[in-house]
Amino acid sequence: MMEILEGSHAVAEAVKRCRPEVIAAYPITPQTHIVEALASMVADCELDADYICVESEFSALSACLGASAAGSRVYSATTSQGLALMFEVCFNVAGMRQPVVMTIANRAMGAPLNIWNDQQDSISLRDAGWMQFYAEDNQEANDLHYIAYKVAEDHDVLLPAMVCFDGFILTHTYEPVDIPTLEEVDAFLPPYKPVNILDAKNPMSLGMYATPDYYMEFRYEVEEAMKRARKVFADVGAEFGETFGRDYSGLVEGYRLEDAEIALVAMGSICGTVKDAIDEMREEGKKVGLLKIRSFRPFPSEEIKAALAGVSKVAVLDKNISLGQKGAVALEVKDALYGTGTEVLDYIVALGGRDIRKRDIRAVADLAEKGIGDQFYGLRTEVL
Amino acid sequence: MALRVGCAAPPGRAHDNKTGSWRVFKPVFKYEKCVKCGLCEVVCPEGCVYEREDGFYVADYDYCKGCGLCVEECPVDDIEMVQEEK
Repeated sequence: MMEILEGSHAVAEAVKRCRPEVIAAYPITPQTHIVEALASMVADCELDADYICVESEFSALSACLGASAAGSRVYSATTSQGLALMFEVCFNVAGMRQPVVMTIANRAMGAPLNIWNDQQDSISLRDAGWMQFYAEDNQEANDLHYIAYKVAEDHDVLLPAMVCFDGFILTHTYEPVDIPTLEEVDAFLPPYKPVNILDAKNPMSLGMYATPDYYMEFRYEVEEAMKRARKVFADVGAEFGETFGRDYSGLVEGYRLEDAEIALVAMGSICGTVKDAIDEMREEGKKVGLLKIRSFRPFPSEEIKAALAGVSKVAVLDKNISLGQKGAVALEVKDALYGTGTEVLDYIVALGGRDIRKRDIRAVADLAEKGIGDQFYGLRTEVL
Repeated sequence: MALRVGCAAPPGRAHDNKTGSWRVFKPVFKYEKCVKCGLCEVVCPEGCVYEREDGFYVADYDYCKGCGLCVEECPVDDIEMVQEEK
């Protein structure tokens, strides 16, 4: 059913339909509306789940980890400093192979304290063993939750997943969202069947310590699961498309790339702006296209290489910076294109919620055409 | 040991955690001056020193961590720390 919802509520509605049995979260801007809505659903008996009020994000994810190990489908949501406080637990969740699904309302990392959007928080946790999916709009934010649960809980994968969507730009923005019915989601997403479970009748320890003679093999297992997740995501995304009419079989998505000479690469809500800017530039005869990265982990290197095969210049719009190097997405795109001769230029944009408009996208495309890149775009030199 | 998803293990699997390859030195019992006092067994933090049938003591190298306590405490200096193969 089509409804006009703010992004946070679209996500809450999706989570409700996924039937989590345990929710543990700590409110933090701009994630608050998601967990407020879910708490209301639990209080009003719309959702049969235990909502655990915790005193910190560390406890929130720890509670989720324990509940997941006991065989429950679990959910949490956080952002920025809250995710940073979960850092230790994130590695444990992935290492224990618990399919926790967590929404990240992307927000800048302090200091300086800033509640607005960029993608530094989730990008900084890219090595933790969590899958990361980035939504362009509220519809995608809603849909990716059903897919995330199904991929995470697949026995070929069994890894946690972050569904990332841009704070305020999506969380607090109202858009029409087609929300599936509970019955439709039930048919798509079967109940969670754990492999190992904490059960007093069949005692077992999870997350045992591994000596140097075993540890590497466990890490390898996680990496192999991450590789398998590529195909599982594509299959589940295709199945979602057949069921609900919106196809998510691509870990990346091209827009007007067919004859493009310059490709812009981006993740998240900025892609909508980029598409509009590309339409304008195409009308002027400029051969520009967009490659949207939907899945940052697992990273779709082969798909990116194939999609950008005919392009001479690639401009990556990074809403993050790996300080001391450059934008994380650009680094990985560069790795995917290594040896192809394609020039990859990096632009650090829209940090801390700085607005990025169509004219900015056009300016970036012009810079890329001239081969000027690897820079912060839109710096206010007058305040430096 | 077959890897189990998420480092899961039922009770009693601690024996699987053998020392492995990281030990640098190990104690070698020489039996030249040994008086069979058994102090080495008492002080071993791993509980891996045990009495043989002939009354002498030996370490189970599967579990010995090479801490050197038995060497340090032996009243007759009959145990020696020897470097593992390089």
